[in-house]
Amino acid sequence: MINLRINGKMTPIDVPEDMPLLWVLRDVLGLTGTKFGCGIAQCGACTVHLDGEAVRSCLLPVGSIKDRSITTIEAIGDTANGAKVQRAWLDLEVVQCGYCQSGQVMSATALLNATPHPDDTDIDAAMAGNICRCGTYVRIRQAIKRAATEA
Amino acid sequence: MLDHRKQINSIAAFAAPDEVPTLSRRGFFEMAVATTFLFGFSVPVRATGAGAEGASFAPNAFIRINRQGEVTLIMPQVEMGQGTYTSISMILAEELDADWGRVRVEHAPANEKLYANPDLSIQATGNSNSIRAFWKPLRLAGAATRACFIEAAARSWGISSVECRTDSGKVIHDRSGRTLDYGALVERAAAVTPPKEPALKDPSAFRLIGRPLKRLDTPEKVNGKATYGIDALPPGVKFATLAASPVLGGTVAHVDDRRARAVVGVRQIVVLDNLVAVVGDHMWAAKCGLEALDITWHEGSNAEVSSELIWSQLRGASVRDGAIAKDVGNVDKAFGDRGEKSNEVVSAAYEMPLLAHACMEPLNCTVHITPTSAEVWIGTQVMERVHAAVAKAAGLPESQVTVHNHLIGGGFGRKLEPDMAYSAARIAKQVDGPVKVVWTREEDIRHDIYRPVYRDLLWARLEGDRIVAWKHRISGSAVMARFLPAFFQKGVDPDGVDSAQDVPYDIPNRRVEFNREEPPGIITGFWRGVGPNNNVFAIESFIEELARKAAKDSIAFRRAHLDKTPRLQAALDLVREKSGWDTPLPARCGRGVAAQISFASFIATVVECEVDQAGEVKLRRVTSAVDTGITVNPDTVMAQLQGGLVFGLTAGLYGEITLKKGRVQQSNFHDYRMLRIDQVPRIDVHLIKSGEGPGGIGETGATASIPALRNAIYAATGVALRRMPVDRSLLAAGARR
Repeated sequence: MINLRINGKMTPIDVPEDMPLLWVLRDVLGLTGTKFGCGIAQCGACTVHLDGEAVRSCLLPVGSIKDRSITTIEAIGDTANGAKVQRAWLDLEVVQCGYCQSGQVMSATALLNATPHPDDTDIDAAMAGNICRCGTYVRIRQAIKRAATEA
Repeated sequence: MLDHRKQINSIAAFAAPDEVPTLSRRGFFEMAVATTFLFGFSVPVRATGAGAEGASFAPNAFIRINRQGEVTLIMPQVEMGQGTYTSISMILAEELDADWGRVRVEHAPANEKLYANPDLSIQATGNSNSIRAFWKPLRLAGAATRACFIEAAARSWGISSVECRTDSGKVIHDRSGRTLDYGALVERAAAVTPPKEPALKDPSAFRLIGRPLKRLDTPEKVNGKATYGIDALPPGVKFATLAASPVLGGTVAHVDDRRARAVVGVRQIVVLDNLVAVVGDHMWAAKCGLEALDITWHEGSNAEVSSELIWSQLRGASVRDGAIAKDVGNVDKAFGDRGEKSNEVVSAAYEMPLLAHACMEPLNCTVHITPTSAEVWIGTQVMERVHAAVAKAAGLPESQVTVHNHLIGGGFGRKLEPDMAYSAARIAKQVDGPVKVVWTREEDIRHDIYRPVYRDLLWARLEGDRIVAWKHRISGSAVMARFLPAFFQKGVDPDGVDSAQDVPYDIPNRRVEFNREEPPGIITGFWRGVGPNNNVFAIESFIEELARKAAKDSIAFRRAHLDKTPRLQAALDLVREKSGWDTPLPARCGRGVAAQISFASFIATVVECEVDQAGEVKLRRVTSAVDTGITVNPDTVMAQLQGGLVFGLTAGLYGEITLKKGRVQQSNFHDYRMLRIDQVPRIDVHLIKSGEGPGGIGETGATASIPALRNAIYAATGVALRRMPVDRSLLAAGARR
């Protein structure tokens, strides 16, 4: 039995230690907001936070997480930066198909956690791991800047 | 643009634009029960008062209003990011005069009779035509419903309906100051016969159409609540993933599943003739199980198919004369005595590669089959085809199959095919209980239905700086011949020649030919931009070469041939101004322009790029000017252009599927690359205000940016690339060409 702290709640799960967090979230716990895109940490659709930092859950064995705190898209709006990012995403109507956007929101929130006022280079570095097939990048950049300037 | 309305009228039953499909009460009740509701809430049919059927007013297939005044709009087109749920709702709500804040949307069920796309004849979302195809029918549906409410209110007040007006879900009688909410009129409105030809609003009276309203689908896409097909979790669902033959078209010879059965969480191995699936407690078990399988494949007839073979066959075929799609003036005479071989004739050949769709949501479908029923959870562009495919796989009549559509995590044409549903249903038939079949990214890329390879030959003769003769021969797949065979007439694929047979330029003598040549071993399909994606690339690349030959400015040369097409001239003028076309650039930087009429939109685009000494291309700026007629939601139009331009640039810079020994060589995003945020420059889209009928927009950006990129590289380096994607080795400083 593995105990995970997910969205503030201790959650016991009975799965193999090498099972990636992505499938635990989606298939075992029904937290389907975190998406499967590539399975090899190339696209960022599966991004979640470990202690506020962005990680790719598709390659993260649950046995390695230990007592670190997991936050998913379902709860990121409860954090100040997460709520700002979500609001900016809607204000600027970033989203198209939306499938990658859980990961985009998670990466953008982690960026603001680490760098409250990111410049274009910071945005490039933090967001280049998240592919958007609809090509919403221009608005993602604007929305991060908008979120960063919000009180 | 497909302009085959007449043909479709004769080949398939569909609601003519002036006939709004009407739902019987019984049909409505069944539909309401069978429909999955979007956004995690539902508007159930309340079994109160007059009974279930009396609780809502559903005068047609698109609108349902309950006593609380909640307006549920049933979406005949699917939402895959293009914003159609919002824009379709805006059209309906506009003519209905609904309270926008009380509008909810629902996926349409599989029902071709009610929800066929008028321009495509089937229940499909594609060809960037949702607004064009449904503009009139939805306005009529909304207006007829509004007329029912007005009549109902007038009767209850004992006055004439002409004294009443509507606003935000209310009927208002100004003289007496009385108002009645639509919700309060539901029963009485149901007793009114909807008018067949209701008056439509004058566009000057639009209060929703033309405004950048917030999208209805996006709030739940930023908090994890939105449900895509891949998120379906019916009770008791198991998880499966599959492998098909690495050689396209191969079949299963032998499966040794001893190791796979030992994997924790693996429940079942399903072996079919052409695929093997592992069913488990979760995707991880299924994936590990699949990796532990030892599968031997019969490679079949495609084991020697390679990219070299595909190209040599296409190049060989392209020398044939094609079927004539358009013949204007006297082309033979205009090319002169020596015809195309004359020294004065310019010619070039352009080639486009196979492409995968690589939607962010990998292929998936969840199916539950019992002896008497099948239930399907999927995100699809073709509801009725999925319905039919599952019925066939399950061996059940269609009446026993229910399909729940979902938001789609990228369509781009891939989800115009029902193959994933057919495969999933065949697997599900072997499984007790519901099973979610999810393709790995690798299987998704390697077993796509690919954008065809094309080879375009063009010839032209210039007299001074005027094009007097033009010949364009397109060789490649006839996707329509497979997808909607009735459209494929006399050897011409209407999609294959779309945007080419009616080239925008005023050329007195021109001929366009289509030469069908299917690549060996490959199934080809629609890909964002479809036929125009290839044709606009070839035409705009060639026009650029002609402009250079005529020693004319690229925009001026195009403009001079567009006197009969002022909308495209205006787009060119605006893009010239907004892109900084006339300002100087550093060395090895260039601007390229592309003009197009595609999907009934008029667009001019300028890409600015820099090519470094190694031949790497860096994007500096992209500018588009678009006249797409009346815009329902201008912000959505902008977003589609912005995203579509990136989609095209991705293909131009990276996109190519190659084959070796019958196997697709790419597998995931490391070798089938996508543009990322750090590569995407400033993109400006400028809308030209227009009162013309609405054009299509979803695919236009993808079509625009590839030739504009190619022409920018031409300007930066002098290298006239003739095939996509960009070959850096040709662009490096000092490269031998």
